[in-house]
Formats: sequence, C-alpha cells, structure tokens
Amino acid sequence: MTEVFTSVGRSIPRLEARDKVTGRTEYVHHLRLPRMLYGKIFRSAYPHARIKSVDKSAAEAIEGVFRVVTIDDIRTVIPHPYYGPAFHDQPILADGKTRFSGEPLAVVLAEDPSIAEEAAGLITVEYEEIPAVFDEVEAMTSDVLVHDELKPASTFADLKHLKGRKGTNIALDHKLLRGDPEAGFAKSDFVFEHVFRSQQVMHTPMEPFVSVADVTGDRMTLHTASQGPSFVRIEIARLLGWPENRVRVKVPFLGGGFGGKLYIKLEALVTALSLLVRRPVKISLTMEEQFFMVTRHPCTFRIKSGVNKDGKIIARTCDIAWNGGAYADIGPRVTQKAGFTSAGPYDIENVRIRSSAVYTNRPPAGALRGFGAPQTAWAYERHMDMIAEEMGLDKVEFRRQNLLRDGRPQASGTILVDAAIEKSLDKLLDIMKWNQPFDRGSGRIRRGRGIAVGFKGITSPTTSVAIVNLYADGSCGLFIGTVDMGQGSDTVMAQIAGEVLGFDPTTIKVIHSDTDVTPYDMGTLGSRSTFHMGTAVRLAAEDAKKKLAELAASVGMVPGSNQPISEIFERRYGMRAGNVIGVGSFIPEYQKPDPETGQSLKVTPFWGVGTNGAEVEVDMETCQFTVTKLVNVADIGRPLNPKLALQQLSGAGIMQYGFTTTENMIFKEGQLTNASLADYKIPGLLDMPREWINEFTDSIQHDGPFGGKGAGETTTIALSPAIGNAIADATGVQLMDLPCTAESIFQALKRAKA
Amino acid sequence: MSDIRTIRFTLNGTKVSKVVEAHETVVDVLTRKFDLSGTRESCRQGLCGCCTIYVDSNPVSSCLMLAWFLDGTDVRTIEGLADGDTLDPVQEAFIEAGAFQCGFCTSGFIMMVKHLLSENPDPSDEEIRHRLAGNLCRCSAYPEIMDAVKIAAAKARSVAKARP
Ligand code: FES
Ligand code: FES
Repeated sequence: MTEVFTSVGRSIPRLEARDKVTGRTEYVHHLRLPRMLYGKIFRSAYPHARIKSVDKSAAEAIEGVFRVVTIDDIRTVIPHPYYGPAFHDQPILADGKTRFSGEPLAVVLAEDPSIAEEAAGLITVEYEEIPAVFDEVEAMTSDVLVHDELKPASTFADLKHLKGRKGTNIALDHKLLRGDPEAGFAKSDFVFEHVFRSQQVMHTPMEPFVSVADVTGDRMTLHTASQGPSFVRIEIARLLGWPENRVRVKVPFLGGGFGGKLYIKLEALVTALSLLVRRPVKISLTMEEQFFMVTRHPCTFRIKSGVNKDGKIIARTCDIAWNGGAYADIGPRVTQKAGFTSAGPYDIENVRIRSSAVYTNRPPAGALRGFGAPQTAWAYERHMDMIAEEMGLDKVEFRRQNLLRDGRPQASGTILVDAAIEKSLDKLLDIMKWNQPFDRGSGRIRRGRGIAVGFKGITSPTTSVAIVNLYADGSCGLFIGTVDMGQGSDTVMAQIAGEVLGFDPTTIKVIHSDTDVTPYDMGTLGSRSTFHMGTAVRLAAEDAKKKLAELAASVGMVPGSNQPISEIFERRYGMRAGNVIGVGSFIPEYQKPDPETGQSLKVTPFWGVGTNGAEVEVDMETCQFTVTKLVNVADIGRPLNPKLALQQLSGAGIMQYGFTTTENMIFKEGQLTNASLADYKIPGLLDMPREWINEFTDSIQHDGPFGGKGAGETTTIALSPAIGNAIADATGVQLMDLPCTAESIFQALKRAKA
Repeated sequence: MSDIRTIRFTLNGTKVSKVVEAHETVVDVLTRKFDLSGTRESCRQGLCGCCTIYVDSNPVSSCLMLAWFLDGTDVRTIEGLADGDTLDPVQEAFIEAGAFQCGFCTSGFIMMVKHLLSENPDPSDEEIRHRLAGNLCRCSAYPEIMDAVKIAAAKARSVAKARP
C-alpha cells in the first residue's frame, strides 16, 4: 500500500525564497547594535613560540582605539579562559605560547572597524621560537609537544581517563577489534597494504565567521552565525560560571556552515570582550582569517587487507592518524565516528581499527561535511580498486562479493538496517552504463572511469526538542533550534509539521534559534536534523493535535469536524485567546561502544549511504585532466522535499569535487601560503563536470520521520576515490594522495617509468 | 585621520548624499551608512562576486571600489530590482529554479545574470558559464543557477514577443 501524503514528499520552494532573492535575508553578517565596538584580531606570526612580550603602545596611541586586549585582560573576566567541545584546550587568546601561525593573540576594539584594523597592524610581539611539528605521523612519536597535558571536557564521560595525561600529542585513540585480523592475514592467499593521504582543506562559507556579544545587566546575549546555539549557550555559561538562563543565543539564517560554524568559534572571544568593556562587540572574520579558524583534518591512513584467491576479504586493519592541528575542537569525535566505519561498507570477519586524533602546530581541524568519512573512503575505495587491479578481479564484482547487506553486522557489531548499499551501487552502474563498451581513447588523450561506495555512521546519542504552538486564530508557530544554513531545514520541518496537522506548510512560521524561546537541540550537524529534529517535530505536532482534539471535546465539539480551529479557542476562552502547545523530544536508541573493541549493538541511529561514479579524460602529455561525468547516487530514505534533497546531494558533491581536484591548504614551515580565494581554488561554474547527475535510491528509513533521513553529506563520502579510480583507469598510475592534480599524475607517471 | 568628502549620487532611483572617508569602500558605505544588507562583502578581494552592484549600469565589485568615486553616479543594488511587490523576472527565475541554498551569494548572481541577459537575451551554456565565472557559490547551486538563467531568458523573450 502506498501512503498518501499532502505535505511531505513535495518539492515546495524554500519558505524564505522571496527574501533570498530580494537581499532581505537576515544574517549576523550585517547586524549592528547601538554603541557596538568592532574587534580586529592580531594573529601570531610563528607556529610554535613562547610569547615573551606584547607591545600594544603604538596601537593604543591611534585615535579612535577603544582598547587593546590580550589574555591577561581576558582573565580578569573569565579566570579559566579555555574552551572546546571535547577538550578544554583552546585559550580565548594565545596564553604564554602560540601553537599555530595565525592564532589569535590580541584584539583591538574600536567604533570604526578600519581603525581597529589599522591599529592591529601596529602591535608587536617578541617571540621565542620553539621546535614545531606539522605532520600527523611524526607528531605521534615526536618529542615536540603541542600541549603539556590533556584537558578533556568533563561533559564527555568516556574521555575522563585522558585527564592530565602528559608527554603525548595523541588526544584520543579509538580502537575497534572484531575477530582476529592477524590470524586472518595468516590464512589469506594475498595480503595488500597501502598508505593514503588526505590534505588540509577549509569550509570557506561565503558568509565568513561572525559573532556579536552584548552584555546588559546580568545577561549575555549572543547573535552568532552558529550551527549549534544550544552548545554555545552551555559552553558560554560554563566559561562565565553563570546559569544557562542568563545566556541567550540567537541565530538567524547562516550564509553557509558545512560543519565549520559548530561548537564554540568566535563566541568565547566576543563574550569576554563585551564583558570587559560592557558594550556590544562584533568580530567578523575576513575570508583569509577563516583559514585560521577551523579546517578539515588531513589524515594518513595505512590500510591492509588479507584476500583469498576467490576475492573474499578475510581480514582488514586500518591505522589512521588525524591531524587535528593545535586544538582538538571536535577532532576526537571525528576520530571515533569516522574510525568505526573506516574498513568500508564491507562484510569482513576480522577487523582491527586504530584511529588517533593528533595535535600538531597547524590551524585546528574540526567537522566538515562528512565528519571524516570522506578521508577514510579515499583510502578504502582506492585500496579496493588497487587490490582488484593486482588480482585481476572485476572491480564491481569484487565489491559486490564483499558488500555489507542489511541484517549483517558492521565492524562495530551493529546490525545494518535500512542501508541501501547494493541498491545504490546498482543504480549507479545503470546510470553510468557500466556494462556498455567504454571508449578508452588512444595516443595522447586517454579516458577512464571509476566507481566508489561509501557509508557513514551518525553522531549518537543526540537529542532534539521541538515545540508546536497553535495560536487562537488557528495559525501555527514551530519552535526549533535547527539552524537553516542553506540546507532548507525550515521548509522541511514545516512540511513535517504540516503533514501531521493537516496544514499547508507554507503557512507555518518557523521560529529561528533563540535559546530563550526555542528548546534544546544538539546541533545542526552530521546529517542528523531530518532524522532527529524531524522526529521531534512530528512528535510535537502529534502532541498538539491530540491536545487540540481534547480541547475540542471539552467544549462539546466533534474532534476532526470541519469547524475552524479558532472556534475551538473561542468557545473555550470566550474569545480568541489561549494556546495549544505540543512538545516533542527525541533521542535515538544507543549503546556505548566497548572502549577496547569498539563493539556496540547500536552505535548509530541510521546509516548514510552513497555511491559515486566518474569518467575522466587525461591528456597524457600535459597530465591535465577533465572530469567529464560525475554521478552520485544516495540513499536518503524517503526524500521529504525531493528538490531540496537533490540540491543537497548536488551541492555536497561539488564541494567534495573541489576537495578532490583543486583545494589544498599549502604550508611552508608552518606558514599557510594560500589563504585567499585567489590561491585556494573553490569550484566555480567553469569547473563543473560536463555531465553532473544526482539521484536517490527508492528507499525508506523505517524509523525516520515519514521514512526520511539526512542527505547533507552522503555524496561527499566516496566522490574522491571515484575520481581517483577513474584516473588510475585512464593512466595506469595510482594516486595515493589528495588532491588529484595534473602535477600528481605527472609525478606518478614519472615514478612508474623509472 | 583620513580625509572626508561629501558624495552625491543616485541610489536605486533616489538622490542621496553622504559624508564618506577616503578609505571607505562602496560595500562598506551601502551596508553601514545606508543600511542596505543585500550587497555583501565576502572575499574583499574582487574574487567572489557577492558584492556586485551596478554603477552607471555596469556591474562592479563594490568591495574594490572606493566610495568617493560614487560621486555623480547612478547606483543600483539588489534592493532596487523589484518594482514594489513585483519581482524582477530574474528574481522570479531564481525562485522557480531554486537557484540558491544559503542565499548569501544570491544578490551578486542575480545582478550579474540580469546584466548578462540585458546584453545577450539568449546566451549559450558556454557564455553563461563564462560570464558568471567571477561569482562563487559555496553551496554550489550552480546547476540550478544555470537553469535560472535559462528560465529568466525565456521569460524575457516571451515578454518581448508579447509586445506589439
Ligand atoms: S566581496 Fe567583493 S568580490 Fe568578493
Ligand atoms: S547559496 Fe550559499 S553561497 Fe550561494
């Protein structure tokens, strides 16, 4: 039986579409408050150095400079000025030493931002350089220590044992063991081992990071471009030692986020500044400065597989070092969440995983669209092709033979449910016309094609709460903490509420994050909103519907009759007054993985599944290559707004395409050399592959709201290896490192010839 | 302190004047002195197109232009595109095609597309890609933006045809 829906499943335009095309959308970017000061950050010039002295005098002498602030000033209002979601390791401003070049060291406050900027350029610092470490593998055993001791946040019980650990750059080691990999290797016919690397890249949201803090009386109000207002409130309250109800966090629309604008970013700094000067303070980063805020983890992944003659994978080990940079941010979680799926979507009896978050003297790394999954897929899917190539196996059949299927345990022991891996692969092959002859070219121009399969788990356990408020005239407000940063959550959440209530979703008003009025949400991250907040919204709407029916019954009206809602209120209260408030709260089932073996019966609420295929053309003389076709197929359950869902798949894919082919933060001795859109190339219209196809499988997430689940990351997971595999197919050489460039092909060809 | 000067120009059809400093850019002045938030600074280097406006009908990166030079010009921003409640066909086309996600880059794209269509009412894909190469969208709504240009072009052509 097919269910009939009136609201979900339809491609209605975004609720805020009109504001977006008329330039009226509200962003923190242009917020100004009376008496507001602008802060301009002065940044460290060395990746690892002791700060001997700071000379602020020239900056202070500039007319119009209100104040120049260092960590000593911050301490007068926040005695323990260290923050972070997993570790309290990041000082609000550099404290005694700097741990990466570009770290905030002082701030100039002025009413005129250009004066603040001019003055910041006049600050001078005397440094004493100390040896630095930049490479994640080196940092695992280096004598150079980025932090003297580990300071896990007390909010995470499972990090407690790391407290006070000294003499290491390893912030967290995630381990998983299933079966006996060594015995598995011993009885395998062949053993393959490869090392793959992913480079450091950055989110580059078009709206750069921006936060405004405004302290009045005993309350702190933050207006911030944040994906996680609830966390901001909790962490700011902790830093200040205040109850949460004295901190208010408001978030309008975001000009992009992609995982960057999570946890605490500029919020701690503007809070401290506003407390110091008792005026509103705004800090807006420039595009260049964004590269020093948060990035995606570079990683080195050593993968080893034991395979039998018939193509069955017997054992696999994964050793991954994640370069977290100077501060942990959410890196330890990336390490765990991407760690446990790093053996790939394959049914392997013997698996060992060691995934380590490592400190180095680089800008911090955090979450970026995929939470580490794309870096792992680059390794395991390139590895799959290289094994097939060496053994002379068909690349598709080799995968198919080993694929994880519903009902089978994943490496963590969690049984796979509603993960359309094979379906997605079949659809991909179909669109790619895989079984038809493929023209490989000859002479100078060679063609190749490749596929890759990816999956990811979802951060768990996390909570979402939603409130549906029915007003006495029968209209509806939906109060949620999910932040609409372009993914279209306002629209989809209204569609879910509309479906339950029988309302036209375009008439529902979504109330944006304001922690004074919107309830708790863990954060807009990791493809969790549709599933978690979507379920909370469904429950809240059902609750409101039930209460409305009770109200109707209490005044003698027949529930479900066609009388307008306003009449129920009028009868009950004698006029249009009162509210019906429905509340929904959702936390999925979860079992904490065993710390030694990583085993858990329920490690993730659902699976993100996607396959990618690429066709490339390589000029064998110049090594320039063109991606002529890219196909992404994703399992996103039932698409609740197909058009918006496809946009997510497409946008995420293009972003990952940039991470695959052009984007690369290049460092020389710890100094970032290309912090500008001029030298750090993100995709534009001219870079689009000629054929760009996005599809979803016909699937349903049985416990998702109306069968839906998240879609924001799926196409990022295995896009890079699809391109890498296609390049190998065309050229015969294997690229081990991202990004794939003409130069890396040239070098690989040169090595192959030698 | 820097020099100041009073500039007079036309902003979205209205004559205005403002005291500006020598170093102030056009996008700064539009945002802070005229409270217009549709024109946005992102890269501040003329590389992303988010800050595109028309100065005397020519598209300009307003982050690279000093406000002094606005004196005597005719300026149009995204806020001046719609005619009251009636959206410009390009704006309508952007909604129809869903040619944005976060919307931060959208003003710049719409300004550029409108300009493109005024010069070439029926551009090829190649021309569209080249003319919009200076506009970046990190949400990567590029396929939908291509659709929007075509929808807008078709709308403009059908309006032209309807005219006697
Ligand atoms: S802000 Fe002007 S072009 Fe980027
Ligand atoms: S819609 Fe977000 S940058 Fe273009």
